[in-house]
Amino acid sequence: MKLTVNGTEHEVDVEPEMPLLWVLRDELNIKGPKYGCGIAQCGACTVHVDGMAVRSCQLPVGDLEGEVTTIEGLGTPESLHAVQAAWVAHQVAQCGYCQSGQIMQAAALLDLNPAPTDAEIDAVMSGNLCRCGTYPRIRAAIHDAAQKLSEA
Amino acid sequence: MSRAGKIARRTFLIGSAAIAGGVAFGVYMAKKPIPNPLLDDLKDGEAAITPFVKIDANGITLITPRADKGQGAYSIQAYLIAEELDIDPATATITPGMPRQAYYNATVLGEGVPIPAYKEGFVADTLRDFMSVPAKLLSIQMTGGSSTVPDGFDRMRLAGATARETLKEAAARRVGVARGDLRTENGAVILPDGTSIAYTDLAAEAAEIDPITNVTLRPASAWRYLGKPDLPRLDMLRKCTGTEVYGIDMEFQDMLHATVRANPAVGTAGARVDASAAEAMRGVEKILPVSNGVGVIANNTWRAFQAAEVLEIEWSAPDYPGTSDGIFAALEQALGDPDSYDHRQRDEGDVDAALEAGEIIDARYRIPYLAHAPMEPMNAVVRVLEGQVEIWTGTQIPLFIRDRAATIAGVAPEAVKVYVLPMGGSFGHRLEMTHVEQAVELALAVPGRHLKLTWSREEDMSHDYPRPASVAAGRGQVADGKVVAFDLSVSQSAMAPEWFGRLSGMSLPGPDATITTGSWDQPFAIPNYRVTGYRAPSMVPVSSWRSVGASGNGFYHDSFLDELIHAAGADPLAERILLCLHEPARKVLEAVGEMSGWDGPSMAEGRGRGVGFCMSFGVPCAQVIEVTQTEAGIRIDQVYVAVDVGEVLDPTNLEAQVFGGVIFGLGHAMNCALTYEDHAPLETNYHAYEGMRLYQAPQIEVRALSNGSRIRGVGEPAVPPAAPALANAIFAATGQRIRELPLNKHIDFV
Ligand code: FES
Ligand code: FES
Repeated sequence: MKLTVNGTEHEVDVEPEMPLLWVLRDELNIKGPKYGCGIAQCGACTVHVDGMAVRSCQLPVGDLEGEVTTIEGLGTPESLHAVQAAWVAHQVAQCGYCQSGQIMQAAALLDLNPAPTDAEIDAVMSGNLCRCGTYPRIRAAIHDAAQKLSEA
Repeated sequence: MSRAGKIARRTFLIGSAAIAGGVAFGVYMAKKPIPNPLLDDLKDGEAAITPFVKIDANGITLITPRADKGQGAYSIQAYLIAEELDIDPATATITPGMPRQAYYNATVLGEGVPIPAYKEGFVADTLRDFMSVPAKLLSIQMTGGSSTVPDGFDRMRLAGATARETLKEAAARRVGVARGDLRTENGAVILPDGTSIAYTDLAAEAAEIDPITNVTLRPASAWRYLGKPDLPRLDMLRKCTGTEVYGIDMEFQDMLHATVRANPAVGTAGARVDASAAEAMRGVEKILPVSNGVGVIANNTWRAFQAAEVLEIEWSAPDYPGTSDGIFAALEQALGDPDSYDHRQRDEGDVDAALEAGEIIDARYRIPYLAHAPMEPMNAVVRVLEGQVEIWTGTQIPLFIRDRAATIAGVAPEAVKVYVLPMGGSFGHRLEMTHVEQAVELALAVPGRHLKLTWSREEDMSHDYPRPASVAAGRGQVADGKVVAFDLSVSQSAMAPEWFGRLSGMSLPGPDATITTGSWDQPFAIPNYRVTGYRAPSMVPVSSWRSVGASGNGFYHDSFLDELIHAAGADPLAERILLCLHEPARKVLEAVGEMSGWDGPSMAEGRGRGVGFCMSFGVPCAQVIEVTQTEAGIRIDQVYVAVDVGEVLDPTNLEAQVFGGVIFGLGHAMNCALTYEDHAPLETNYHAYEGMRLYQAPQIEVRALSNGSRIRGVGEPAVPPAAPALANAIFAATGQRIRELPLNKHIDFV
C-alpha cells in the first residue's frame, strides 16, 4: 500500500483497517501525531489530508485518499508556519502533548476561515482536548496568527 | 519582604570533579560516596559528585533532575543554573541525568509536618528542615508537591556560581591576574583587556583546582533571566513543532510493541485467560501473564491493542465494595466514628460548648474519585540485556523505579539505568510505576529486544490510582454577625501510606495528614475551630492528584466557611479578610476584591459572584468567579486570581500554571467523576471524562504578589480554590447551595 506523507511517498505492508495514526507512528516513525484516546475524543492525532483536519486514529489507512501532512510537514523549528510562530510567541504549550493536534486543527481552521470569531474558534477547537488547560493562550494565539496571515 | 537571597541552613556542599576532558560541578558528599549508578561519562572522582553542570571541550551540559510534566521544571532549573553561570541556556545541552540519591528532594516532605505553612519561626523552620533528613535517607528523588523551585532555588544557583568562580580562577591562574579582576559573560571568562576565554577551553584546568565554594548569590536586582516577563520556555519550540520526544515516541531498531489488560480491580491478582483468538492475530508474538493481568507483545501498538481487546478474561474480585454507592456508604460510616479517628491537627477554643449555644448549622459534603488522565497514556520502553536493565519513561520517581526494576529483574540497582523523558502531563499519575513493572516483566521474556509498553486510554483510566473519594460534615455556629464555631470532619481512605507502601514496600506509621490537608491548616482565626480526620477502610487504591489533600479539602473548608458567613449575614469577601490572620493571605484576598471590583456577591439579575480561598503548599490563592444563569445553564464569565509564591521567577509560566490550575480545578469540579460498578470505573475515555473543553474556558486574570517569606511553587495551588469559588458563585446567582462534586449532577452548565 502506498501513501504520501509530507511530500514523500511511502510503501507499507499493513492491513487496510489499521488507523492512519498507527501507520504513521509505528510503521513510518513519524511521531508528531499523538495517541490520546483512539476514539475521536481528544484531537491529539490530528493531521491534514489534502488540507482538511482529520483524526488519524479514526481513518483506516485503506480508506485514505489524498496527501497527508503532519505537524512535521507544516513547519520546522527553522521555518515555522504562522500558527506555530504564534504558538511560540504566546508560549502556549505546557506539557505540549496535545499541541501538534491543536496546531494542525488551528491551521486548518484559518485556512477555511481567515478571521474567526471567538465563537467560531470555540466551535472548531473544542474537539481538541488539552488536559493542561492552555485554552486562553490557544484563543489568543489563533487571533494573532489570523492577523499575521491577513497581513502577509 | 522575601528572604530569597539568603541561603538559609545549607545542608549540602557544592563541589567539583574531573571528568574526561573537563569538569563537573554539583552536590558534593565528601564522606559518603553515593552507591548509585553514575553518569556514563563521569570518570575520576566520580563517587564524590552529583553534577548539575558539566563542561568539557565539546560544550556545557546542565543537569536538571526534576522531571518536566508540563509545569516548566526543565526550563526553570536550567535558568537557575544559567543565571549564576552566565551562559545562554539555549546553547547548552540539558538533561535530567541518571537518578541519584544526592538529588533528593528536601522540600517535598517538609509540607507534611504538623505545623501550618503560614506559621514561621524557629520551631516551624527546624521541623521542616528536619524532614529533609528522611527525604535524603529514603532517597526520594521525586518531582511533586510544587517543590521544584523551592528545592532547587539555592542548590542550582550555587552550583552555577561555584562553576563560574572556579572557571574564573582557572583563567586567573593561566594568565596571572587576580580572579577579582575577571568577569564572565555568555559562556566565557573576560580578561581585563577584553579578551575572552571560553569555559569549554578552561574546563580541564578547572578540574585541577579546588572549587571556589565561597560564593555569594546575586541579588534579584542583578538577575538577567529570572523574574523577567518574557522568559521563553526552553522546550517551547520543540513542543510547537512536534519534535519533542516523549516516552511514547521512543523508537529503536526492531522494537517490540506491547500492551496489557489488567484486573479492573486495581491491586488484586488472579485471572483466568483464554488467549486463543488473540494469539492467532497478525503481528502478535507472545501473550504472557503480568502482575495483575495479561500482556500482549506484538510488532505494532495497534495490533497489540486489537489482540488485547479479544482476550477473554475472568477476574477475581477484591473484598471492598464494588460500587460507588457501597464506597460512599463506607466513607459515611467512618465519618465521626471513634474507631476510625485518625487525627485532629486543629482544635481551638471549646467547639462543643460553642455549638450548644444555638441552632447548629449543618452541612454534608462529598467528592468523587477522579482520574489523572494526562494526555500521554502510561508507557515505558525496557530492554534487558546481559544482566543490565535499561528503562526509558516519563516519571516523577526515577529512584523507586530503578530499585523496583532491579528487584523484578533480579539484578543490583546499579545495573538499572533509568532515562527520564519529558511527560505529556501527569497530575500525579506518574508518581506510580505499575506500567514500568509490567514492562520489565514483559521485557524479561524477550531478552536483548527493546520493548515498548503502551496503555490504551481505557487501560490508563481503569488502572489509574485515582484521587480519593471522601465525605465531610460541617457543623457551625454564628452570633452577632460573626462565625463563632467551625467544626469540620472529613472521612477518606488513607492515601499517603498506601502510596508510599506501594512504592517502597515500607509502611508509613502515624496519621495520614492528606485526609485534612487544605482544611486544618488554613490561616483563619475563628474562636472555636476544629478539624478532624477519619480514616475509612482501604477501597479503590488511591494516590496523589494535582494539589493532593487540598483538592477536596479546599472545597470542603471554603464552602462551609461561605455558608457560615452567609448565615452570619456578613459579606463573603470582607469577612474572610477580617478572619484572616496571615498577612500574605489577606493581601491576595484584598487583591481579588480589587481586581473584580467586588461590591458583594449579588450582581445584576441572574448573575452572581463567589470568592474561594485556599492556602496549599504554603501558597495563598484567592479567586473570584462571576457567573450568569442562562437558559442553557450556568455560564462562567470571568475568573480573577491572586496568588503569592514569595518570589516570581518566571511570570509568563506562572500565569500559564495558574490558567491551567484554574481550568483543571473547574473542569473536574463541574464535569468529572469516576463511578464504580463491579469494581471498575464506568468512565474509561474522554467522552465520559472531559475535564474542561475550550468552549467552557472562562476569561482568567492573574495577579502574582510577593509578600510571602519563602519562595514557593505554583503548579498546584491554583487548583483548590476554583471549586468552592464556583459553587459559591452559583449560590450567589441562584440561591442553590451545591455540596457535592461534580456540580453537574445538580445544575447544568452552558
Ligand atoms: S487519538 Fe485520535 S482523537 Fe484522540
Ligand atoms: S499542553 Fe498538556 S495537554 Fe495540552
